[in-house]
Amino acid sequence: MSSPRTSRALFLTILLAPFVLIFSVFMLYPLAQSAVLAAHQTYGPGTREYVGAHNLSLLINDPLFWKALKNTLVYTLGSLLIQLPIAFALALALNSPKLRGRSIYRLVFFSPQLMGLVFVSILGVLAFEKRMGLVNRSLAWVTGNSELLELDWLQEHVMATLVLLSLWLYAGFNMIYFLAALQNVDRSLIEASEIDGAGPIARLRHVILPSIKPVATFVVLLSMIGSLQLFELPYILLDSSGGPSNSGLTVVMYLYQNGFELGDLGYASAIGWALAIMLIVLALIQMNMIRRQERLG
Amino acid sequence: MSKPLLHKLALHLGLIALGIIVLIPFAWLIIASLKPSEAFFSALFLPPGDGLFGVDWGALTLDNYTNLFGLGFGRALLNSIFYSSAAAIFATLFCASTGYALAKFRFRGNGLLTLLILGALIVPPSLLIAPGYELLYDLGLLDTAWGLLLPAFAPAFGVFLFRQAVLQSVPDQLLEAARIDGCSELSIFFVIVLPLIRPMIGAFMLITFLAMWNNFISPQIVIQSADKQPLSVAIAQLRGVYRTDYGLLMAATVVSVAPVALLFLILQKQFISGLTSGAVKG
Repeated sequence: MSSPRTSRALFLTILLAPFVLIFSVFMLYPLAQSAVLAAHQTYGPGTREYVGAHNLSLLINDPLFWKALKNTLVYTLGSLLIQLPIAFALALALNSPKLRGRSIYRLVFFSPQLMGLVFVSILGVLAFEKRMGLVNRSLAWVTGNSELLELDWLQEHVMATLVLLSLWLYAGFNMIYFLAALQNVDRSLIEASEIDGAGPIARLRHVILPSIKPVATFVVLLSMIGSLQLFELPYILLDSSGGPSNSGLTVVMYLYQNGFELGDLGYASAIGWALAIMLIVLALIQMNMIRRQERLG
Repeated sequence: MSKPLLHKLALHLGLIALGIIVLIPFAWLIIASLKPSEAFFSALFLPPGDGLFGVDWGALTLDNYTNLFGLGFGRALLNSIFYSSAAAIFATLFCASTGYALAKFRFRGNGLLTLLILGALIVPPSLLIAPGYELLYDLGLLDTAWGLLLPAFAPAFGVFLFRQAVLQSVPDQLLEAARIDGCSELSIFFVIVLPLIRPMIGAFMLITFLAMWNNFISPQIVIQSADKQPLSVAIAQLRGVYRTDYGLLMAATVVSVAPVALLFLILQKQFISGLTSGAVKG
């Protein structure tokens, strides 16, 4: 018979070993390697050549990187400014008391999330096609203007296409968070404001918005973190290129092109770090908020 | 009609109109997957004809689906089911056990491990693409199922979620009572702890399953052989080769999305509660 002490140690090892082992090998080790790689140039895997800070100066002077960053930021801002107000408005509409069929509406607006990004991208390629696509044919039918059939989304309006697709995909997803927050707003506060004679706008500004601020900030940060890593949509919509004069090139696409089409994993890691620094700042803000919320809750 | 009633009616009309706009792409997708190419170009939705509701029902066909499976798409479907199930089962098991150990046991390294896991939460996945690929190359795991699955077995946020779930819903007294009754630690974990955190298990399994199903960049980098590709990579390649065969691409999208949509519809309550559990209390 083993002593209780060793059997407890054995049990803990069984609980922890699989995760700790895999986590160390496939998370911590590559994380450390990403810093090392960023100071190397490679010609495919296993061919490192030390270049020191060269990648950094390359990056700073790389017009394509800046173009990719600009595109990514435009997409991020575009999708935040259009998508989040719509998501919030949907949540407000669904939050009205005694609304019949709320769960059905919620499911309908959420349903695009059932499709993964790749599959949405394939649908997008077909829907935004000139002449044949759903979007142009609907536009032409609604307006009666057949010139709209010739609208070339995938060549001339790449950013608009990306923002519209992500609106369809994510508005309902973010609505879920807003709706959950709205349903947690203290009803007595709302009733008190009604008794005080506050109109709907004043109520929104002074009662509802302050009480959902933590969730709203969480949603904004989550959307930013996701948007900054945009890859699948433009990669498939633009057929693995950056689109006409790289108008749809994103940072992660540029990372992918350098690492896997040109074989320079070192430069790819440097790009990864440039993006990671931005994302880590955002994520730290987010975690700080969650912790503060937990303390309050 | 009274004013509140009018408001209500306007609200419903607005919501229904928006709902239709959201759902139209699905209808278009499904109908187009059933049409031969000629009909795809002529009608936006159902082909007009002499049948019921003025629709030529006879023009609809399953040919796109037969062609699709003739091209070996069924293999990709099976691969996706295998990868996603394996990731869901093992990630849940490993994360739940680690989360339990961190929440309920005091041992040397507990604080450090918790800190590392919290730190890993903020590492963006795109940072690990290049070094992760090189690691798989060094280990000889490129173009293997292990190369795709092993990194997916230990997501840091899973441990974080399960640690929270155990802290919230597994009381210490219950564990102590079970120990006094002579329960072994292993049976305490399986018989007492896991059932108590079942809502989180359901939500997390679904989330990992969907994440693997929809994952594109990892299999795109790791898997080269056609017979090992999941749906996400297979459909992207299909699009590269058959770019004008709209019906075929539509059918491929339907086949790729339908299984997870069905799974989601069955388990939607758990999914949505899991989704918001990190952000919203109550």
